[in-house]
Amino acid sequence: MVPEIDAQRVASPAGGLGAVAGGRRERVLGLRRACWLSLGMHTLLIAVSAIFVFPILWMLITSFKSEAEIFSVPPTVLPRIWQSSNYPDAVKYIDYGRYTLNTALISGLVVLGTVLSCSVSAYAFACIRWPGRNLLFALALGTILLPYPVTIVPLFVTFRTLGWTGAHDWHIILPLVVPAFFGNAFFIFLLRQFFLTLPRDLLEAARVDGASYLATFLHVVLPLSRAALSVVALLAFLNTWTDFLAPTVYLTDPSWYTLSVGLEEYKSQHGLQAGFLMAASVLFVLPIVVIFFFTQKTFVRGVTMTGIRG
Amino acid sequence: MPAMPRPGRMNRNTRRNLIAGLTFSAPFTIGFLAFTLYPMLTSLIYSFQHYNGLNEQWWVGFRNYTYMIGSDDQFHGTIANTLYMVVLGVPLTLLMGFGTAILLNLPVRGQALYRSAMILPAFLPLVPIALLWDWMFSAENGIVNYLLGWLHLPQPGWLIDPGWSKPTLVLLNLWTVGTVSIIYLAALQDVPDTLYEAAALDGADMWARIRHITLPMVSSATFFNLITGIVAAFQIFTSAYVISLDTSNNVSVGAPQGSLSFYLIYLWQQAFSSARIGYASAMAWLLFLVIMLVTAVLFVGARRWVYYGGEAR
Repeated sequence: MVPEIDAQRVASPAGGLGAVAGGRRERVLGLRRACWLSLGMHTLLIAVSAIFVFPILWMLITSFKSEAEIFSVPPTVLPRIWQSSNYPDAVKYIDYGRYTLNTALISGLVVLGTVLSCSVSAYAFACIRWPGRNLLFALALGTILLPYPVTIVPLFVTFRTLGWTGAHDWHIILPLVVPAFFGNAFFIFLLRQFFLTLPRDLLEAARVDGASYLATFLHVVLPLSRAALSVVALLAFLNTWTDFLAPTVYLTDPSWYTLSVGLEEYKSQHGLQAGFLMAASVLFVLPIVVIFFFTQKTFVRGVTMTGIRG
Repeated sequence: MPAMPRPGRMNRNTRRNLIAGLTFSAPFTIGFLAFTLYPMLTSLIYSFQHYNGLNEQWWVGFRNYTYMIGSDDQFHGTIANTLYMVVLGVPLTLLMGFGTAILLNLPVRGQALYRSAMILPAFLPLVPIALLWDWMFSAENGIVNYLLGWLHLPQPGWLIDPGWSKPTLVLLNLWTVGTVSIIYLAALQDVPDTLYEAAALDGADMWARIRHITLPMVSSATFFNLITGIVAAFQIFTSAYVISLDTSNNVSVGAPQGSLSFYLIYLWQQAFSSARIGYASAMAWLLFLVIMLVTAVLFVGARRWVYYGGEAR
């Protein structure tokens, strides 16, 4: 066990052990200690990271194994023969291309709707003073804790009455897409908190110059809020791209399945097609891993903005 | 100087602001009425009805609730399963999140890489991740049992053993701990170094410093993680659904032996497989009430142990 706090002392020369240590001997001892500490910390971090990375690595390795190797007893750790045929076969085994397009279409529309509706609504809650504002905002906050099934069961009935659920054309995705264009309490809260940090003087100045609320919103607030808007877009995209519950409920026609729903088919048709499943999973997960590495700061900001610092 | 608005009549400015406010917030207001308030009230009405979603609909009073609480043994099983995830799973997740956050706060080179490794799983899509877990913990061909056998350790049946299926799911939650770690990490970085320096001068050892400085200073993060963790644990669905669904063997959702039948899974079955809309709505409202009650209790209790930095300033 490496003491976290001691490590900080060593790392910061001022006020640490180094400052207390007087003679040359102690300084050498301190240096040696720092080396051992650093080595210990790296060992620990590498060990724990390895555990976290292993499942993803195992997915990747399995995707390059033949069916025979996957189900051999005992299993081989590394494939004896690396073969990539699982990838084209997996894509053919289920309607992978179609599911990807469906997922992209739904996610794209949801991101568009969420960013538009939430930024406009958050602007009303953060930058305009009007009677009833705080009451309405309190209502918005109150719905964040509302469990999904309270609304999804009656909405399912409503959407079926409208002919959306159970349709065999594009109407079937409307239950997933339309609500996004009418705000989301969580994202409105997040954006409102951000808009409140914008300099008041700037907004006031724009108003004094005769800019309408719409012009202020479009030309002052939005350009200053790119960071917060990208957090909302990213989180909305991730939620939709990976969602399972709502698509299973609403997408009853297989030709409109999303990837999350379609992946089940590797499991249900002729037993578990592990090689295909892992190849398809790699393809499904890969874009998110790439996005994660390029926009890691946005990910982290998204979590902390909605969390304690919000 | 702004004029005081007279009661009954607003001045021009106030009225203009009201119109602007209502216009800009209209997407939310319409959405709130159509997609939150209306279904909420409908759901409440359904919960006092027998309703199959189509032609059968009549009032049954509190019978949905009394049957649910009094005599539905399957429902009681799902409650026990769900409480297991809340009572055992959430504290373990918090502990894991805190532990990893401490590791990720160590001042070492290459920390960004370690952070990516430990946080990434939390952002991956749950369906392929749950199916991967199913595959890794497979009793016969799984890598986990292979490694355990190699180490001469017992090899449980994991997801096909009713006694092990929930612990396997808890392990999955521990692997996707990343968001909890991020919250803790942000809180750890806000702890001022001067506090540790003062404690070190007073001769406090490592445990004393964690106990008396770190834990109180991150208590608001603990509180946030606790609330979100409990709310999520009550609503666990996707991972359990994906893992237990096996249509090739005609095994029903929630297998083995109902050990993975959680609150939302049972609710989902009642609503969308058995078309018992009224009963499912009653379950949804009970869940809502329980979550609100638990949250309220935690908020009241929080005054005793949660420290907000603002008070010190």
